[in-house]
Amino acid sequence: MDWQAIWLSLRLASATTAILLVLGVALAYWIAFSNRRWKFLVEAVVAMPLILPPTVLGFYLLLALGPRSPIGAFYARITGGMLPFSFGGLLIASVLYSLPFTVQPVAAAFAAVDRKLIEASWCLGVSRAATFRRVIVPLARAGIGAGAVLTFAHTMGEFGVVLMVGGNIAGVTRTVSISIYDQVQALDYDAAWRTSLALLAFSFAALALTYALQRGAAGKRRWGLWPAN
Amino acid sequence: MSAGSAPAASAPRKLTVAAAADLQFALTDLGREFHRAHPDVDLETVFGSSGNFYAEIGNQAPFDLFLSADSEYPRKLIEAKLALADSFFVYGAGRLVLWVGKNSPIDLGRLQMHALEAPSAKHIAIANPQHAPYGRAAEAALRSSGIYDRVAPKLVLGENIAQTFQFAQSGAADIGIVALALALAPAAREQGRYWEVPPDAYPKLEQAGVILAHAANPADAREFRAFMMSAAGRKALKSYGFY
Repeated sequence: MDWQAIWLSLRLASATTAILLVLGVALAYWIAFSNRRWKFLVEAVVAMPLILPPTVLGFYLLLALGPRSPIGAFYARITGGMLPFSFGGLLIASVLYSLPFTVQPVAAAFAAVDRKLIEASWCLGVSRAATFRRVIVPLARAGIGAGAVLTFAHTMGEFGVVLMVGGNIAGVTRTVSISIYDQVQALDYDAAWRTSLALLAFSFAALALTYALQRGAAGKRRWGLWPAN
Repeated sequence: MSAGSAPAASAPRKLTVAAAADLQFALTDLGREFHRAHPDVDLETVFGSSGNFYAEIGNQAPFDLFLSADSEYPRKLIEAKLALADSFFVYGAGRLVLWVGKNSPIDLGRLQMHALEAPSAKHIAIANPQHAPYGRAAEAALRSSGIYDRVAPKLVLGENIAQTFQFAQSGAADIGIVALALALAPAAREQGRYWEVPPDAYPKLEQAGVILAHAANPADAREFRAFMMSAAGRKALKSYGFY
């Protein structure tokens, strides 16, 4: 089994989840509570990775992060490095690609929190930040947990985007799904079997955990991974 | 609908060819000429990595003819009785080139293989040697030139030779070791420059094809095979760098 690839995927998934727990949760808060008329546009952009083929995202990212693009050139000027074929590039790609997997369950959980409790907190003079921390987050914690688990699992299984911008460098961009693909291509079916089985077990455990979390919350409050209405 | 029941000029008969990614441009041309001679055959080509096709064929993928980027996969298919032994044919040998974009500062003609060691060659794209024949050839060329250990940290691996070329073409990789067939493609000619790696630097990249045992249309697959080996077919292949 390719432990180096598994370790790399675990690091990538953890970093992606950590970033999205900040960015994604902030965005989810805005989506759940904003009254802007153009909110639907933001929601559409956030959900796009769900329906766009990874090849589209990978193709654009390769061009956008490459040395000929302004973003790539700027990055090269300040760091001296390059985003494609690097862990940083994969991290940017994963954050974009997994965005809806954090934002949607968390926004649904935020929206399901009883408005009366939030308003009562505000009326008692508790600031918005403290209300968020002490009322909204505790009531939506199962949804946040579900978002984190889904994001982590989705990044572990990411393939197309990594294939297109990664360059398959051992220990840097060769994730577990790429490693399995290589094993199949090289006709090493035994190794592919072992790694695939490990990933299958992992995915099942992650999803079982997600649904168990939901079940724990269901006694008090009913909502799904995705907005129910 | 089946091939056997169709007499002369009736509904078009479908012929599906699974082809190595380096044939992308050559086969489009060949297909056009073949169609002129056989208007009743509806030729469909699928491009990808040979190793992938090999695995798919083992699982009854609906192809008639398989054009590999090496001769190993076709031989293995014959051994496994998945392809017809008497249909094995070599259609050409692939050539390796170093390729850079047209604005690259790297002087290929002067530096030759040492272009890969140039400071501006930060990333070198090669096909994955684990399963892509061109990747194996590129690795062999690096080793026989004695620069493998120095350039190994700069290597990025494409899934097949077409993706490898795309890494170099997009500028994400500064230089690529790719197929001459791709460097000669009309779209690529204006975008960059190439230098051919001496053929004695790597084992011959003999490329072979076979007709599959479960082919739905073996008759037209034989026609296409014969066309590829004809003088006109060879000439077209040669113009795309398959010698």
